[in-house]
Amino acid sequence: MNFKNLKLNLSNKNKDLIPQILTVLFLILIVIYFTINAQSNMGNRGISFGFGFLSQESSFDITFSLIDYDGSHTYARAFLVGLLNTILVSAIGIFFATILGVTIGIARLSQNYLVAKSAEWYVEIFRNIPLILQIFFWYFAALRALPLTVDSINFYDISFLNVKGWYVPKFVWTNFSIFIYSIIFAFILIYFLAKYAQNQREKYGKQIPTLYISILLIIGLPLLTFLIGGVSLSFEIPELTQLSKTVFVYRGGVSIIPELISLALALSMYTATFIAENVRAGILGVSKGQKEAAASIGLTKGQILKLVVMPQALRIIIPPTTNQYLNLTKNSSLAAAIAYPDIVLVFAGTALMQTGRAIEIISITMLTYLSLSLSISVFMNWYNKKMAIKEK
Amino acid sequence: MMNLSILKSDKKNLNSLIAAGSALIFIGFIDIILSSFFSTNITAFLPNKISYLTPLLFGLFGLYLIRIEFSGNKLLDKVNTNFNSSNFNALLTLLVIFALIKYIPPLLNWFVFDANFAGNTKEDCTSGGACWVFVKVWLNRFVYGLYPDTEQWRINTAFLTLFLLVGASFFVPQKFKKYIIIFLLFVYPIIGLKLISGGDFGLKYVETGAWGGLSLTFIVSAFALILCFPIGTILALGRRSKLPAIRYTSIGFIELWRGVPLITVLFMSAVMFPMFLPDGTYVDKLIRVLIAITLFEAAYMAEVVRGGLQALPKGQYEAAKSLGMGYWKMHFLIILPQALKLVIPGIANTFLALVKDTPLIFVVGLLELAGMVNLAKTNPKWLGMAMEGYVFAGLVFWVICYVMSRYSQNLEKKLKTER
Repeated sequence: MNFKNLKLNLSNKNKDLIPQILTVLFLILIVIYFTINAQSNMGNRGISFGFGFLSQESSFDITFSLIDYDGSHTYARAFLVGLLNTILVSAIGIFFATILGVTIGIARLSQNYLVAKSAEWYVEIFRNIPLILQIFFWYFAALRALPLTVDSINFYDISFLNVKGWYVPKFVWTNFSIFIYSIIFAFILIYFLAKYAQNQREKYGKQIPTLYISILLIIGLPLLTFLIGGVSLSFEIPELTQLSKTVFVYRGGVSIIPELISLALALSMYTATFIAENVRAGILGVSKGQKEAAASIGLTKGQILKLVVMPQALRIIIPPTTNQYLNLTKNSSLAAAIAYPDIVLVFAGTALMQTGRAIEIISITMLTYLSLSLSISVFMNWYNKKMAIKEK
Repeated sequence: MMNLSILKSDKKNLNSLIAAGSALIFIGFIDIILSSFFSTNITAFLPNKISYLTPLLFGLFGLYLIRIEFSGNKLLDKVNTNFNSSNFNALLTLLVIFALIKYIPPLLNWFVFDANFAGNTKEDCTSGGACWVFVKVWLNRFVYGLYPDTEQWRINTAFLTLFLLVGASFFVPQKFKKYIIIFLLFVYPIIGLKLISGGDFGLKYVETGAWGGLSLTFIVSAFALILCFPIGTILALGRRSKLPAIRYTSIGFIELWRGVPLITVLFMSAVMFPMFLPDGTYVDKLIRVLIAITLFEAAYMAEVVRGGLQALPKGQYEAAKSLGMGYWKMHFLIILPQALKLVIPGIANTFLALVKDTPLIFVVGLLELAGMVNLAKTNPKWLGMAMEGYVFAGLVFWVICYVMSRYSQNLEKKLKTER
C-alpha cells in the first residue's frame, strides 16, 4: 500500500473545491470589473441603464412590416416588427429548404447516374460558397438584372416580377375565422380518429384507412364552410398604374420585396445542401436486413416504407435537420447585410444608433436568439428521448 | 404504355427496336439542339406548347423501345441500368440532358467565349459577356485590400514563410518537427502580425483598417483556428468535468455562443465591448474581431472535441488511471491524442465554417474579399460589375472550401482504414 496516495485521498475534497472556488471567483471578478466600467462609461455619456426607452416613440420607418407600424410607434413595437420579419423569412426558408433538401437527398441516392451526379454537384457547389456571398449574388447581381416596372415579367396576368419585387394576388377573405376554426376542428377530429384507429388495431387487429379519412376531413371540412358557413374568397390582383409620365407602380395585391426574395432564396438553397446530406445519411443508415426482414414477413412495399424504413430513417434524419433549421434561423441575421428589416437590422442597427443603448439592445437581441435556440434544443432532447430505441 | 407488348423489347425483335429507338432518341436530340441554338423546331408547325414537348416525347418513346432486362450488349445494358431503368428514370435522364444542352452553352459563352479579358477600363468590355477586366484591374485590391502597394512584400513574405514552415514540418526528422510546430503555433503568429502591421524595426505602420482582401480572410481564419483550438479543448474538458462549478460554467459559455448568430457577436464586439473597458482604452478593431470569432468558434470546437472524448471507450480512462496517472497526465498523454484523431473531420468542418464566416467582418468595417467586391462595384467607374465580382469571389471561396473538404474526406477515409 502506498501511503502517499492515502493522504491525497483524504484531502480529495479540498482538491476538488479549490479549482471550483477559483473559477467562481474569476467569474465574479470579471462581472464586477465589467459592471464598474460600464457604469462609469455610461455615467460619462449621461445615460443610465434601463429598459424605459422601449416605450418611447421610435420615429423611424421600416420598409417592410407584417403589422401596423410607423414612426409614431414605440421601440418595443419596432422590436416586434423585426422579430416577425425574422420569423417570416426563417419560416419561408425552412419550408423551401426542406422540400429542396429532401428532393436532392433522395436524388443523390437515385439509380440514375445523371440525376445522382447533378444532385451531388448541387450540394458541392452551394455548400462551399459562403452564405453571405450567395445573398449578395442574388440581391445585387441576379435580382438587379430583372426588368423595370413597365416591362415586368408577367405570369398569366395575375403575378408580376420586376426589379422592385414580386407582386402576387392578395387573398380577400370574408368570415376568415370560421375557415380557420374548421381547419382546427379537422385536426382535432383526425387526432381522435388516429387514437381510435390505433385502439381498434391493437385490440381487434382491424385496419382503418386513417390516411384517406384524414385527407378527406382536412379538405372536406374547410370546403364545407364555403358552402354553408358563409366563407368566401376573392383575389385582389395587382394592377399597373401610372403615377406620372415615366413612373409606374403596381397597386393592390401583395408585394414581396427583393430583399426577402433573395434572402429566402439564398437561405433555402444553402441549407438544402445540409438537409440533403442528412436525408441521404438517414436513408443509407437503415440496414438492408431490415427491409429484407420486413419483406419476408409479407409486408407490401408501401407498408415497408411506412412501418419499417421511415421510422428508423427519421430517427437519424430529424435531430441534425432541426439543428439545420436552427442554423437557418440564426443565419437569417445576415439580412442586415442587404437591409432586410429583420431583428438585427431594425433593433441592433437602427434603434441602437438612435438611442445609443448598446448594452440593453445587444442583450435583448442576443437573448431573443438564445431563447429560441435553447427552446428548440430542449424540445430536441425531449424528442430524442422519446424516439430513442427502447431496449428491453 | 405497359400493354404495348409488340413494342416491348425481347431477344427476337431487339435489333430492329434498338435501331428504331436510337433513331427516335437521335431525332429528339436534334430537335432540342435546333430549338435551343437556331430557334426553330422539327415540329414547328404544331402549336407552341406541344412542339416544346416533342423532343421529350421522341426521347421517351425511343428509350422505352430500347429498355430490356438483359441483352448481352454491354453498352446497352449499362445505359439501361444507369439511365433507363423505368419510364420515370428515362424522363429524368432526358430532362437533365436537355437542361444541360440548353443552359450550359450560354453560361460558357458568358464565362469564356464572349468574355472580355483585354483592356483596363469598363469601356473595353464590349462583347456582352463577362467583364473580367474588372477583376483584372481590381485583383491587387481583392488580394491585399487597401494595403499600400509598396509594402505588400511584407504580406507576401509572411505567407511565404508560413508555407515554407508548414512544408518543412512535413519533411524534417521527427526530432525537429515538434519544435517547428511549437514555433508555428506560439511564436510565428506574433512575428507574422508584427511584420504585417509594422511600426517597429523601420517598417512603416499600416493600420488594420487598411488590411483587407483575401489576405485578411487568411489572417483571420488562421488566427482564429490556432486560438480557438486550445480554448475549445479546455471547454470540452470542462464540460465533462466532475466539478459542478466548472461544468456549469463551461456549459453556460458554450451554449451562450452557440445560441447566437455570429453577426450579433460581432455587433457586440463593435459597440458593446468598448463599454465594458475602462474609459479611454482602445482595443484595435481587428483584435476585437479576432477575439469575438475565436470565442464563437471555440464553442463549436468544444462540442466537436467533446464528441471525440465521448467516443473513446471507458477502458482507456480506466487503464490510464490504473497506471497511476493524474487528471492532466491522463488527458494529455492518453485521452486527447486519441480523441482528437477521431474528430479530425469535425475539426476540418469547423474550420470550413470559420472560413465561410469571415466575410461577416464587414459588420465592423473590415473588408476582406467579399467586402472588397462590395466596395469595388460601387466605384463610379465600374458600376454594374456586381455579377463578375461575386462570381469571382464565389469561385475563390469555392476552390478553398472544396479543396479543404476533399482533404478532410480523404483524411477521414485514411483514418478509418487504420482502425
